[in-house]
Amino acid sequence: MSDRQSILDAVTAQIEPFNKKGVAVTEATTFQGDLEWDSLTVMDFVAAIEDEFDIIITMNMQAEIETVGQLADAVAKLKG
Amino acid sequence: MTDAGSAADALPADPAPVAPERDLFSKFDALIAEREALLSSGVRDPFGIVMERVLGPTTAVIRGRETILAGTYNYMGMTFDPDVIAAGKAALETFGSGTNGSRMLNGTFRDHVEAEEALKAFYGATSAMVFSTGYQANLGIISTIAGRGEYVILDADSHASIYDGCKMGDAEIVRFRHNSVADLDKRLGRLPTEPGKLVVLEGVYSMMGDLAPLREMVAVSRKHGAMVLVDEAHSMGFFGRHGRGVYEEQGLELGRDVDFVIGTFSKSVGTVGGFCISSHPKFEAMRLACRPYIFTASLPPSVVATAATSIRKLMDAQGKREQLWRNARHLHGSLKALGFRLGTEAADSAIVAVILDTQEQAVAMWQALLEAGLYVNVARPPATPAGLFLLRCSLCAEHTADQLERIVAMFADAGRSVGAIN
Repeated sequence: MSDRQSILDAVTAQIEPFNKKGVAVTEATTFQGDLEWDSLTVMDFVAAIEDEFDIIITMNMQAEIETVGQLADAVAKLKG
Repeated sequence: MTDAGSAADALPADPAPVAPERDLFSKFDALIAEREALLSSGVRDPFGIVMERVLGPTTAVIRGRETILAGTYNYMGMTFDPDVIAAGKAALETFGSGTNGSRMLNGTFRDHVEAEEALKAFYGATSAMVFSTGYQANLGIISTIAGRGEYVILDADSHASIYDGCKMGDAEIVRFRHNSVADLDKRLGRLPTEPGKLVVLEGVYSMMGDLAPLREMVAVSRKHGAMVLVDEAHSMGFFGRHGRGVYEEQGLELGRDVDFVIGTFSKSVGTVGGFCISSHPKFEAMRLACRPYIFTASLPPSVVATAATSIRKLMDAQGKREQLWRNARHLHGSLKALGFRLGTEAADSAIVAVILDTQEQAVAMWQALLEAGLYVNVARPPATPAGLFLLRCSLCAEHTADQLERIVAMFADAGRSVGAIN
């Protein structure tokens, strides 16, 4: 299994506890549009991802991330 | 001079509607609908209050009715202080109504300097920089101090002016959970060591009226080599031995522990304006680099004269301080005894936040209070943390025992009428 795939799997697993609507999550799933997360949920989720990978995703970076796939790419780059 | 008149005549009586996809206002449709739904339920607009006359620091006339004010930030009741008023009148007559200019060019008058001197004396600092509002002080200082490649680390419940300062600047922005020392430590620990870092904290968080554990947060910030800014807007005059704020109350010192203090003239000082205090040896450079300081008009002479006089008086306002704390404890204790859910367990600050279940309940109760003769603030998301709907009271040193009894009685009646208490 590639590193990118294992990151994507871990990200998807972290989404589940916050996935109140039971949306089927793919790389194209958007946090705001599909998952309909508010800013508080986003903050909790980002903290969970940061702890999982021991990274910091700055608010500047968060503003650029719309989809699950983009988040996996950002995590891969940060872990780099 | 006739251009405006003829242009108005030339406008079509019935302009063609803008297609929704091209109308820049379409994005506000949800906001407009929410407001219309609220107002159509028959309540008054909580964001459309007009004070027709102001009778003193704690009373005003709203829609012809004398109303007790328990939702202003006039903590120390300085707005009608005779010395403050006299200083403002004298400056108005001597220096005119405005400055017509920027602090950097022609907009620095004697009393701008005098206000900065008063602040330096109040805080025991080597530098004080007066801005036109507190909002601009945060906007300017935060966006200018931390540059590209550097970091600003802020509490998630920070005031809008702090968030906006972050947005305006070029630094990387990192948030930590509200008042969590462990979360701040963890986040600072994950950042690269070399770049400069600014940790932004508030002494009192204004929505719930809770305090920051500044001593522990400063210790963690210093451990990771970060500079510290504390916004003490809601504590000036009544926290710490000299009234410098929560940082002083918790035994911290400017220069040694805290690098910058942000404050405002619009709360305890009783006028309008903002400032930053520092003892950093290079701080004066901010006057040359800070855009919200440079590219705006300076405060009118009467405003800085009232501020300077008020700040000097606040240095020696022991009686008012004690009265304000008595009032805060009285209201907090009484509302708690009535069974209201409050933002803090004890009277930590001069803000008492009553937590309600829904926007409808909050607005209905707010209206019941207003009709009974009491003004408090309604606060709603996104201004509030955790999506809460609040009725926020802020105390004044000039509230009388009789007014406090009436405030409590009005809360009891209004709370029962909307089912917030039994």
